[in-house]
Amino acid sequence: ALHTSFHQLIQEQSSLMEAALELEMQERSREPGQDEQHPNFSPTTLRILASMPSRTIGRSRGAIISQYYNRTARLRRRSSRPPLQQLCRTARPSLRHYDLETDPTRATLEEKRSLLVKELLSLSPGQRSHMLLTVPLSLAEKRTLRWVLSRQSQPGRAPHRTSSSPCGRSKDCIVLVSLGCGLLSLLAAAQPWHYALKQIGGRFGSSVLSYFVFLKTLLIFNIFSLLILLVFVVAPQAVYPPPSASPRPFTGLELLTGAGYFTHSLLYYGYYSNVTLNDPCASSPNGSMCPHTAPQFPYNMPLAYVFSIGVSFLLTCVLLVYSMSRSFGESYRVGSSTGDLAVKVFCAWDFKVVQRRSVKLQCENICTQLKELLAEQRSRSCSLSLCQRLGRTVVLLLAWVLSLSSVLGCVVALRYFSEHMHVQEAILLVLPLVVSLLNVLMPHLYNLLATWEKQDSPVTEVYVACWETCVGQDLYRFVVMDFIFTLLDTLFGELVWRLILEKKLKRNQKPEFDIARNVLELIYGQTLTWLGVLFAPLLPAIQTLKLVLLFYVKKTSLMQNCQSPSKPWQASRMSTFFITLLCFPSFLGAAIFLSYTILSVRPSETCGPFQGLETMYKSGKTWVQLLEKSNPNITWFAWVHQYLVENTFLLFFMSGVLLAVIYFNIQVVRGQRRIIRLLKEQIANEGEDKIFLIQKLHSVYEQRERRA
Amino acid sequence: MGGSASLLPREALGEYQELTFLTKQEILLAYKRFSELLPKEERENACSARVPKSQILTLPELRANPFQHRICRVFSTSGNGDDSMSFEDFLDMLSVFSDSATLDIKSHYAFRIFDFDEDGTLDRSDLEKLVDCLTGQGEESRLSNAEMEQLIQNILEESDIDKDGTINLSEFQHVISRSPDFVRYDVLQLHGLSRGGLSGGFAGVGAELWVVVGQGYPVRGNRVLRELCKILSRTG
Repeated sequence: ALHTSFHQLIQEQSSLMEAALELEMQERSREPGQDEQHPNFSPTTLRILASMPSRTIGRSRGAIISQYYNRTARLRRRSSRPPLQQLCRTARPSLRHYDLETDPTRATLEEKRSLLVKELLSLSPGQRSHMLLTVPLSLAEKRTLRWVLSRQSQPGRAPHRTSSSPCGRSKDCIVLVSLGCGLLSLLAAAQPWHYALKQIGGRFGSSVLSYFVFLKTLLIFNIFSLLILLVFVVAPQAVYPPPSASPRPFTGLELLTGAGYFTHSLLYYGYYSNVTLNDPCASSPNGSMCPHTAPQFPYNMPLAYVFSIGVSFLLTCVLLVYSMSRSFGESYRVGSSTGDLAVKVFCAWDFKVVQRRSVKLQCENICTQLKELLAEQRSRSCSLSLCQRLGRTVVLLLAWVLSLSSVLGCVVALRYFSEHMHVQEAILLVLPLVVSLLNVLMPHLYNLLATWEKQDSPVTEVYVACWETCVGQDLYRFVVMDFIFTLLDTLFGELVWRLILEKKLKRNQKPEFDIARNVLELIYGQTLTWLGVLFAPLLPAIQTLKLVLLFYVKKTSLMQNCQSPSKPWQASRMSTFFITLLCFPSFLGAAIFLSYTILSVRPSETCGPFQGLETMYKSGKTWVQLLEKSNPNITWFAWVHQYLVENTFLLFFMSGVLLAVIYFNIQVVRGQRRIIRLLKEQIANEGEDKIFLIQKLHSVYEQRERRA
Repeated sequence: MGGSASLLPREALGEYQELTFLTKQEILLAYKRFSELLPKEERENACSARVPKSQILTLPELRANPFQHRICRVFSTSGNGDDSMSFEDFLDMLSVFSDSATLDIKSHYAFRIFDFDEDGTLDRSDLEKLVDCLTGQGEESRLSNAEMEQLIQNILEESDIDKDGTINLSEFQHVISRSPDFVRYDVLQLHGLSRGGLSGGFAGVGAELWVVVGQGYPVRGNRVLRELCKILSRTG
């Protein structure tokens, strides 16, 4: 009988319920002191409990086979099931054809296996082999399944037990495969650090590995910028060198100071010409003398310069945003805001650790970490008194004040020094105090050396008239100094410290690899490169070289001198943090500085590709005007330039679109969180139902026993 | 590859390649290591021999591992409960612990390894034994009773979604998948057969791994070769 309303049902059941309630209360009173987790169930109940699907899936072969049977059935059904709307009501029961004819949990192992085989046969060969590979059964079981499958899939032919190398079948196959293999081995060779990274990760864990992965990411950014600049700026200029004074003799000092021989070379802004290269009309402004030969490929150098820099920055921005979003997506999970103690316990053990001593060390580390987490949780849960809270706030404020004042002190000292040493751009970077002072002092020391060197040669002031070249030189020096100091720091911080610890203090503990400091040094170096790329187009090449050398130096020092960190970091969150730190203060600052320079600062008059222009951006504008004059058919281009690029409306529009996308994503995440919460409640309800049914079952069995 | 008296039959090699996550080189290497564990007279048919548990535990990867007994128990298919492993069990173990095994497989076997009483769920006693293994059995570095209680309470609160007091396989897999570190940086992985892992006492083994296969392509290329063959077989 179909109940159309629950009212009738409740009335029917209420009479029964009173009797049942009495029974239940009786049962509960018989077990006063039992806790929920270990109830005193009868063996029959326990047997039934043990065969619940949620428990058997974790241990019995038959259950696994049934589960995978269901999975393959669902896979098949997904493609072949007609949508519900197409079936009329009376046809509903025929949907049962798509359900299982027999209940697989009640069948024997043989029947289950044959059901699974039947389902697997209906899949494509690729899906079938993938399914066989991923089913968590023993190898012997899989071989049996495979043999049965091969026998059933080709009933006429002899059973194929051979390995699947269809490559033996045809010659074209072999040729294609060997070509493919050649390409792939090239690709494998193109990832030269793949094995080194595995080695580091295996020995020191994923937190130290994240530093090296970050280094590799920076290298990729630099290589991209370098390629663009090399192809569009450096190479054309190298092919058509501008007329210049005789170059100065090369001494080894130039590698450090960047001045001298390097001043008037491809390395710096001053070398690049402000005319259109390869244009026969360029040398003579008078149009009548222009030979009417076939037009060769003219190359507008100023335009190429400013556009290449812009494009390389845009590309870096896109890559940064992409890697940031990817690492953020990997490390952030919706609805996982509850603690991660369970995850830490389940994923804590590193099975790669093999030596007895390392195993013991790992055990100690895990124990310490767990104790710390538990202590932290305990302290969080108990509320602090007012005095303690005040004390904590004072300490926090003091720490902030100290760090901010030290940063301000750094900045003031830098500004003082830079003003007194006549350096043009006071670079405001946030640095640790010692490194920043040293980095300021040393380049000026070398500047003195460079002036002394200049006094020797009779060449005139044209080499210093270009302020952009000066800035480029300064940044070059910064980059080189940063590299030297990183090397020194590695040497003293790790090698010498380890020797001291071992020999003098006789402690058997190596120094730890300081991930935070090293990452900040990398970000500093990269910021310098980005700041300087406008003034020294080959700076990414130097940075690339520096990063490659740094990788090997750091790796060697790590292997020889350091031990794994005692407090394992959550590596994926750290990578997100590094990339975010790279993007926001560092890249954004460089981009703002660059935009300011291109749009507002007056370039120097006597050298470089923007001589005589008001700002660097004007080169683009003059080009558009020239284009308009020469070819009146493409006024649309000028129109686009005037109304879209120059107009600020486009900027507002793009910001509006971006904000809309962000808002949409926030709403989606919020909705997902709500769904997760609802589903969790639903599952909890099901759990309660299960407990209720178990109790009922137990009471029924006990009654039966009492009666018998 | 050559030099060992008994080689693996070719068809079996192909089957193992299809059914496990190991490459051809790795399977051959595993075969060699397995036969080294057997006494000399049994090495001829290493495929069907069973190695007793005590021998398996002499492997460097398992020697100091606190989960060594559980690993042997989970992967052994011996009917009489002595946890001896056949060659196929050994391959199973290496396949699950290899780089290319899926998260599903790894979490499934991790669950079974952590399920000390083998009832299909992780209840309080299982979790207690797990934490004891992690922090070092029977030494100073153990958690006190109160700390253990707090820890297990937290774990159950976080992972037991249906509130039945135990963690079953689905809940375990759900917890594991939440950790991005498990997915990216391979937990549940032995050095296995990667270069530099199986050293110590097996001279020349490291060189063998990088010995070129057939036309001179390194180990990585070999796995991709297999995939390429699969794709070609599907299309043509």
